[in-house]
Amino acid sequence: MATIELEKLVKRYGKVEVVKGIDLSIADGEFVVFVGPSGCGKSTTLRMIAGLEEISDGTLKIGSEVVNEREPKQRNIAMVFQNYAIYPHMTVRQNIGFGLYTSKLDKAEKDKRIEEAGKILGLEALLDRRPAALSGGQRQRVAIGRAMVRDPSAFLFDEPLSNLDAQLRAQMRIEIKRLHQKLKTTTVYVTHDQIEAMTMADRIVVMKDGVILQVGTPSELYDAPVDVFTARFIGSPSMNLVRGRRTASGAVMAPVGDILIGVRPHDLIAHATVTGSNGFTVTGTVSAVEPLGPETLVHLDVADTSIIATVREKFVPTVGSTLTCEAAPGDLYLFDASTERFLGRS
Amino acid sequence: MSEATRLSHGKVRPGLIVTWTVLFIGGLIMVSPLAFMFSTSLKTADQIYDLRLIPAAPTLANYIAVLADGRFMRWFFNSTLIAVIVTVSNCFFDSLVGYTLAKFEFRGRYFIFLAILSTLMIPTEMLVIPWYLMSSQLGWLDSYWGIMFPGMMTAFGTFLMKQFFETVPNDFIEAARVDGLNEFQIWWKVALPLVTPALSALAIFTFLGNWTAFFWPLIVTTSKELYTLPVGLSSFAVEQSIQWEMIMTGAAIATLPTLLVFLVLQRYIVRGVMLAGLKG
Repeated sequence: MATIELEKLVKRYGKVEVVKGIDLSIADGEFVVFVGPSGCGKSTTLRMIAGLEEISDGTLKIGSEVVNEREPKQRNIAMVFQNYAIYPHMTVRQNIGFGLYTSKLDKAEKDKRIEEAGKILGLEALLDRRPAALSGGQRQRVAIGRAMVRDPSAFLFDEPLSNLDAQLRAQMRIEIKRLHQKLKTTTVYVTHDQIEAMTMADRIVVMKDGVILQVGTPSELYDAPVDVFTARFIGSPSMNLVRGRRTASGAVMAPVGDILIGVRPHDLIAHATVTGSNGFTVTGTVSAVEPLGPETLVHLDVADTSIIATVREKFVPTVGSTLTCEAAPGDLYLFDASTERFLGRS
Repeated sequence: MSEATRLSHGKVRPGLIVTWTVLFIGGLIMVSPLAFMFSTSLKTADQIYDLRLIPAAPTLANYIAVLADGRFMRWFFNSTLIAVIVTVSNCFFDSLVGYTLAKFEFRGRYFIFLAILSTLMIPTEMLVIPWYLMSSQLGWLDSYWGIMFPGMMTAFGTFLMKQFFETVPNDFIEAARVDGLNEFQIWWKVALPLVTPALSALAIFTFLGNWTAFFWPLIVTTSKELYTLPVGLSSFAVEQSIQWEMIMTGAAIATLPTLLVFLVLQRYIVRGVMLAGLKG
């Protein structure tokens, strides 16, 4: 296991800077998730850590040693790829054992590690099968197994669950998390799926346009996002945003206000009957309804904006009807309208 | 026959009959020289102008005579040795260069590829003179190396392998790189097994091409000990006042390795040809 330090790390392709001098310190045994939209530089950063991309500027340390010039194999890291990268001409056993191809371990030790990895990942019965005979989830486990047997300083995951269906993705999320809790190996995980980030990470790194916007625990990012982008990226459905202004008791909608009022759909509650409220209220026309079972999401047209609210009661609003929703005091996120920086909760 | 080839009421379409007839005649035209070759090899000298396909008195005497002739076995050995070495060389070097051109980014890569590709446009007949001059100046005339060197690596093989290596996902290669393999190991252990169909096709075509090569071996060799089978058989004809039954017997034996290659690698040939869109 090892710490990973990124100091003013830069990646340029010609004149285009895709990673713009990022700083990050990853603790020994930590599970850090890089999240951000496509093209934000998260995968490039991971590939620089792996040694698959040259570092244009800055310093990368793994376990306190500068590794900028080291080949991937000299960094003692293992990587799991989006497309699994397990070899179709090898069996599961050979694929897992391939991680030890250049290892100087004796055959008995190699076999022991392969068996152990197979056991931990539930692949014991599949060791002699070829990848073509495996499901997507099993293939991903083989890829993880190949990384595991090497006992690396750090695991790097590059969107490993993107090719799986929703159900399998949820299952594999838990499996990877459990594996980390068991092995306690430093892990860097890249995803564009904020749910994966929220559910798996010790800390989340939010990136956009090659810079880190915020680093924090999932709850820190959820409760105190640094700006509008992070606020809308973390949490599903995305945070509602409307123009407004501050008042003595909090904030109200105002078309020419100097702040942006953010409220998460799960905090904006619609009721069958409007009750008196001392919180933030919004009234709009229902444009769409999404029943989810335990609750219903309601899309409302409010002035020129569309916002999402939640109905937790046993009534389903009709499209075209007028609905009033309210958020309790303290559930609002206030942002500067011009800089979009976070001002605080209200 | 598939359902699509029949009319709905079960009768064969007239167009299909024409197709089959044309294909049958075409097949007959292609097979008939082979059939006459085997037929003639079973005839005695006085029967060879009798065009009956099945000899009146078939004999294996020609085979015994040819196999007993030390020169024939020598030529057979030469052809085998040359075809095997050139095939192995092509599989190794063409795939190595193809892999490099497909998977490594470096300055001049495209230019090198075009330069290699452009040699495909020069007919062999035009290359023979420079090859001969080169062989002459380097002392390679009348040697195994002299016969083999022009074919040790080919532009066609490089092009074919490059196209196939481009289909190998980069993740496979990068995963191996992270796992600690060097670039040669990655090519050997990861990339090459993934292009087996193309490699098989290349091996088959190279082997057959070299087994039947006549023009260059005829020019570069003067010693009878270094003749390849096609060259040897042709000289056989001149020296023996065209003993057709012997030539046909030699040719029949010469087809055996070809048949063997086809039988053993049939699966790969079909797959490789389908994948590569090649023709022999």
